[in-house]
Amino acid sequence: MKTFLIIMLSMVLIDNLVLSRFLGICSFLGLTKSLKNAMGMSIAVIFVMLVATAVTYPIYWNILEPVNLGYLQTVVFILVIAAVVQVLEAIIRKTFPPLYEAMGIYLPLITTNCAILGVMLINIQEIYNFSNAMMSSLGAGVGYTLAMFLFTGVREKMEKADIPPFMEGLPSTLMAASIVSVSFMGFKGVIENLFG
Amino acid sequence: MVNKKTSGRELVKGIIKENPLFVLMLGTCPALAVTTSAANGVGMGIAATAVLILSNLVISLLRKVVPDRVRIPVYITVIASLVTILQFLLEAYLPELNKSLGIFIPLITVNCIILGRAEAFARNYGPWLSIMDGLGMGIGFTIALLFMGGLREILGFGTFFDMPVPWITEGGLQPMMIFGLPAGGFAIYGLMVAITNSLTRKFYKRQPLETMDRVHYPGSVSPSTDAIYEATEVYDGPRPSRTPDPSAVPEALKEPGMLVTKTKDEEDESEDAK
Repeated sequence: MKTFLIIMLSMVLIDNLVLSRFLGICSFLGLTKSLKNAMGMSIAVIFVMLVATAVTYPIYWNILEPVNLGYLQTVVFILVIAAVVQVLEAIIRKTFPPLYEAMGIYLPLITTNCAILGVMLINIQEIYNFSNAMMSSLGAGVGYTLAMFLFTGVREKMEKADIPPFMEGLPSTLMAASIVSVSFMGFKGVIENLFG
Repeated sequence: MVNKKTSGRELVKGIIKENPLFVLMLGTCPALAVTTSAANGVGMGIAATAVLILSNLVISLLRKVVPDRVRIPVYITVIASLVTILQFLLEAYLPELNKSLGIFIPLITVNCIILGRAEAFARNYGPWLSIMDGLGMGIGFTIALLFMGGLREILGFGTFFDMPVPWITEGGLQPMMIFGLPAGGFAIYGLMVAITNSLTRKFYKRQPLETMDRVHYPGSVSPSTDAIYEATEVYDGPRPSRTPDPSAVPEALKEPGMLVTKTKDEEDESEDAK
């Protein structure tokens, strides 16, 4: 339980996927204009992250590693993610139409989202066991969602702000991201203090 | 002729006019993550350039063989194989660089620059032009990373390529740690984009935005690409407009520069409302 909590907290707050690990920046900047986009993408990321971990983790430790093909992980993982996304899209469209409507168009975008491949590689690198790997994926997804939602709010406020023409558009957005990222730095010592 | 493609032009365009990082906004993740030092930035840039040139070459050679419907999986496989080869080379010859770039070496696979150039350029043009395009884009990316990495290293740690910068260390200035942290990465990137934007606005009459859409550059961000995203969104109800309804704007705010002035009556009213 304690390990679960530690992994979860560190993935959500301290090593936040977007704001400290810099994964999935493209979607973070591109899809935080409205809450609806942000929500669809976040649900899709959490979902694909969990399913892809459940598939790639056994593939790596039961197939690739025993025959010393660990170096093929990049090729195998990206193909597995692409396949998982395709299959998921078909299944969800048939079985859960409301969920499909919520994340429909964002699913194909996820294949080239570095957040998914990045978390798969981190899970292998950290040598988690299966349940911890799933927990870390869930934490990463929740952290992504938190960052997306916070930043959507910030950008909605910025729509009304009086920004100098020099900084208009993406530059001001990046500055705002920088400030949001500073606020996440405040969590640095939380784990040591909580779990000693 | 306007649209004539010469190898020289393809090489040069990637460096400033269509700089992948600062103008096309591609490859932002590695750019922000690895530029804590100039050496890391240049290492990442060269690694990505090598993959970009080779993937452009292979994809351009395969362009008549691969059916359109399965092209993306084919491209991804080609790129991932090249990245695996690169990872081996780095592990063997530059183990330190490999260690400091860490997870971002395998993540070159999903770098939008490489897939974007394959989609937008290599699958339409011959091998020679594609190599030139890859080389130009790669050089542009490397220069951009060098700028970002250099700035962050000088400001954040007071060194440049691990050599102390005298006017910081001896001038009694403290390096500002924040530039080495994620927050500083966002801030420096924002500044660099702003500077490049105003420079290109000054020197190029035609903006390169018209060729950019998410079909050609997956994952890219720009005003014109946002339009596509918004069009695909399920539409219900009126979309919030950026310009407020003229009748809703108080008289005091209508003139530019009058944002802070409030008449006394209005202040009283707002207090009453509380």
